[in-house]
Amino acid sequence: MSERVAVRKTYKLFIGGKFPRSESGRSYLVQSSNVSLASRKDARDAVVAARAAVKGWAGATAYNRGQILYRAAEMLEGRREQFVALGIPGDEVDAAVDRWVWYAGWADKVAQVYGGANPVAGPYFNISAPEPTGVVAVVAPERPALLGLVSVIAPAIVTGNTVVVAASPTEPLAAVTLAEVLATSDLPGGVVNILTGAITETAPTLAAHMDVNAIDLTGVTDAALATDLEVKAAENLKRVLRPAPADHDWSVDPGLDRMTALLETKTVWHPKGV
Amino acid sequence: MTATTTSARSELSELGRSETALRTFLHGLPGVDQVGAEQRAAQLGTRSIKTTAKAQAIDLAIRMVDLTTLEGADTPGKVRALAAKALRPDPADPSCPHVGAVCVYPAMVPYVAEVLRGSGVHLASVATAFPSGQAPLEIKLADTRAAVAAGADEIDMVINRGAFLAGRYKEVYDEIVATKEASGDAHLKVILETGELATYDNVRRASWLAMLAGGDFIKTSTGKVPIAATMPVTLVMLEAVRDFREATGRQVGVKPAGGIKTTKDAIKYLVMVNETVGPDWLDPDWFRFGASSLLNDLLMQRTKLTTGTYSGPDYFTLD
Amino acid sequence: MFEYAPAPESRSVVDLKPSYGLFIDGTFVDPTDGGSFKSINPASEEVLAEVAEAGAQDVERAVRAARKAYDKVWGPMPGRDRAKYLYRIARLIQERSRELAVLESLDNGKPIRESRDVDLPLVAAHFFYYAGWADKLGHAGFGANPRPIGVAAQVIPWNFPLLMLAWKIAPALAAGNTVVLKPAETTPLTALLFAEICQQADLPAGVVNIVTGAGETGRALVEHPGVDKVAFTGSTDVGRAIARSVAGTRKKLTLELGGKAANIVFDDAPIDQAVEGIVNGIFFNQGHVCCAGSRLLVQENVADRVLESLKRRMAQLRVGDPLDKNTDIGAINSAAQLERIRELSDAGSAEGAERWSPPCDLPDRGFWFAPTIFTGVTQAHRIAREEIFGPVLSVLTFRTPAEAVEKANNTPYGLSAGIWTDKGSRILWMADRLRAGVVWANTFNKFDPTSPFGGYKESGYGREGGRHGLEGYLNV
Repeated sequence: MSERVAVRKTYKLFIGGKFPRSESGRSYLVQSSNVSLASRKDARDAVVAARAAVKGWAGATAYNRGQILYRAAEMLEGRREQFVALGIPGDEVDAAVDRWVWYAGWADKVAQVYGGANPVAGPYFNISAPEPTGVVAVVAPERPALLGLVSVIAPAIVTGNTVVVAASPTEPLAAVTLAEVLATSDLPGGVVNILTGAITETAPTLAAHMDVNAIDLTGVTDAALATDLEVKAAENLKRVLRPAPADHDWSVDPGLDRMTALLETKTVWHPKGV
Repeated sequence: MTATTTSARSELSELGRSETALRTFLHGLPGVDQVGAEQRAAQLGTRSIKTTAKAQAIDLAIRMVDLTTLEGADTPGKVRALAAKALRPDPADPSCPHVGAVCVYPAMVPYVAEVLRGSGVHLASVATAFPSGQAPLEIKLADTRAAVAAGADEIDMVINRGAFLAGRYKEVYDEIVATKEASGDAHLKVILETGELATYDNVRRASWLAMLAGGDFIKTSTGKVPIAATMPVTLVMLEAVRDFREATGRQVGVKPAGGIKTTKDAIKYLVMVNETVGPDWLDPDWFRFGASSLLNDLLMQRTKLTTGTYSGPDYFTLD
Repeated sequence: MFEYAPAPESRSVVDLKPSYGLFIDGTFVDPTDGGSFKSINPASEEVLAEVAEAGAQDVERAVRAARKAYDKVWGPMPGRDRAKYLYRIARLIQERSRELAVLESLDNGKPIRESRDVDLPLVAAHFFYYAGWADKLGHAGFGANPRPIGVAAQVIPWNFPLLMLAWKIAPALAAGNTVVLKPAETTPLTALLFAEICQQADLPAGVVNIVTGAGETGRALVEHPGVDKVAFTGSTDVGRAIARSVAGTRKKLTLELGGKAANIVFDDAPIDQAVEGIVNGIFFNQGHVCCAGSRLLVQENVADRVLESLKRRMAQLRVGDPLDKNTDIGAINSAAQLERIRELSDAGSAEGAERWSPPCDLPDRGFWFAPTIFTGVTQAHRIAREEIFGPVLSVLTFRTPAEAVEKANNTPYGLSAGIWTDKGSRILWMADRLRAGVVWANTFNKFDPTSPFGGYKESGYGREGGRHGLEGYLNV
């Protein structure tokens, strides 16, 4: 009897909740698989999808976002072996699940911690509350492929942003697999969009895109590219997170910074009178 | 008057026929934001009125004073002395104008009338069971007729606040209409007693109600409740007379009463009149101060401006 | 008629020197490689004083002084002592507020009523507020032991010279940073008087340094490699250039830039207060306000009524001598700004909008622009899109709340917005949807040191004021 022939997986992009191939028709060989090589046009399509998803996702209740992210953690846990099969250490997968759950719980708490009432010197009700900045472009850290990725996506979306992520070019399979997790959770299409391929191709498009509100350069390792991207981002005053240091320890408590860096503070005044 | 205001006027005159129509109209008036109204009033109070402008304002304010005494202890002698002061506020200075009116209880009207006859100083009488208004309508109307018969040419009536706060707007309206009729040729000032109305929304509604019912003046207060005239209340009333004239073509006067004691206060009110309704109301026929002690402060400041030195209370009559 | 006699505030409380040096390391010094320029009174074009223009070497000296003060004195100083210096400064400002207010009106052209009743009280309150934070930073929500950033380069605009200085310096110092601040070239004088106040407070040398000059001085300052933090308030174009210039550096950046705020009036609004809010929204400080309500969005079914009330109210505005206590609208800050306002207003007329101003006599000398409204404006007009930064209001109409939100948000800016309606649930619905950092409901142009201020989108990033205002000056 001959051995069963396996059904291999095609690793595609994740845009607007669907898994298209690159519109350019290109792929590149990495981690022994052919992975889509996203083009500038794919990046633009992803921004359109992310923008379309903002209204529903930012407008959802915080409780609802928390529930959906928790559901995604459940899915992630269930696929533990699949990630391990990609070569990701089991404890990294565990840490990634824990990180995701940690952020999921922030959905309905960050406004209480980061916002609040302001005691102005007058007869006014005055309150500051955080709001998502909108569409966030993210250059994911090259490694750890899963924990790093989760650590940049979760803080961005938990508060209501939508993201276009340029995945690790050298280890993109974790990102595509995570996309499959998200596609089977209740996350609305377009909230997370994942581009695989060359950072040098996708990131400049995202950095220059006028309908992107913020860019997270965490995974950019080339200093000259990081500077170039920051310069491009200045065109519409994107919020910029600068690259993480090469020795960044992804296992430590991340704090609130990654969430708050992608939040706007809105302050509302109203008179108090009869 | 334009054709639009004529038709608006006749439409508005229909409102008094139905409780529902009145309520719908009054509750459809734009709201008043308390904080905003108070800030605007305070801002108007920061105007700096000096030298010639101050002199002009002081003389105008004197001419606008309704010199008032409304005490149980009022006697013929007391009100005669007050009337004499109304005619010649500063006996030492013949250039000082006389006040706008003397305001007394109905029983005191005959004594004041003797003094004021032919002087151009008006004689106002409170009426309609002032200050509470808590008497049967017939008695209130009789009160009014008696005051007019005794020589009052201005009647300061009180509205039925109880009925207003209970939402019986037509009852309030009908009483004003009846009092207006009982007043005959006398000018009718309608006291809203804004201190009891509690909100600026109510002040605006009561202002419109009084104007719709035919009041010639709207007046803030009796002076007999803790909160009398304030700048923001008067501001809301000025906006009401402004809007009413715009809608109907008919001009209605405004009288803040009670609590205005200093020249500085009076000038703030005049600034507010000037910048809210304009010069048409800067006239004793259209704006009055219900006051007593205000007059002496105006006189002292007037003397200061003419002589350059500050005077003292001993130099002005105490009536 | 009731004509108000002139009521000029005395300028004798201000003791102006003929010339001013740079304030570096606790003393006034002459520039080494810079020149000088004149600061004029925009209401009369009279020269007020000659002011040093800092060159690159002067900026270098200032940054070095700030670094030394940071390393040796201010950084190591316990928060409770930093607090006491800031409290001292707050008190000195209160004590000298009349002098500061008069000088502000002289140099800027704003009415004394505003510098006296708005700017100066807020300046003192701002220092007072942040003084109290200096020894409580561990409780501010940025970790148990948040650290200052270092030397802050701060560049401020000419519209609220002293207030913007307070917004910059107070939180920076409270957090433990030292600063080099560049005031605007048309309004340097109150910053220099503030430098004297620092001396009077015995603030350690180098903690606050003031370098005067124009764009080149500002550029040298923000691009200086010894600077750890850049804070800028001003135009979006300059903000963009600064964002580019700090790219690839370690410098932390906060920007407070332009705006084109919608002031939205619904048919159930408290109309008289709304009209006041519209007037305050666009004519406060001659419209030289980044958060000005420069686009009036009025519901079509009340547009005529609101406009009629607005015009009547505008006729009461008193334009003229900034030092007259009854002046509502003072002088435009500079010839260049006047030119820009004229150019955009002319574009409004040319594009077919209808222009209206109340009759008003403008002085012969100085820079003046009558309060102006344009009706019949659409989103396509330049005057509906570009920041005019002057007393010019563009009036647009809408039919439904959703349309109001759509039009309000249809701009690259996102600094502020106004909502006027008596319906509470509509206010909250609107406030949720407006993409702006400050939303004033049934009020406008209100400021408080406890209340965070700053924009969305191209109006910049970071917040000034409140607990949030510390974040830009701490390593978090």
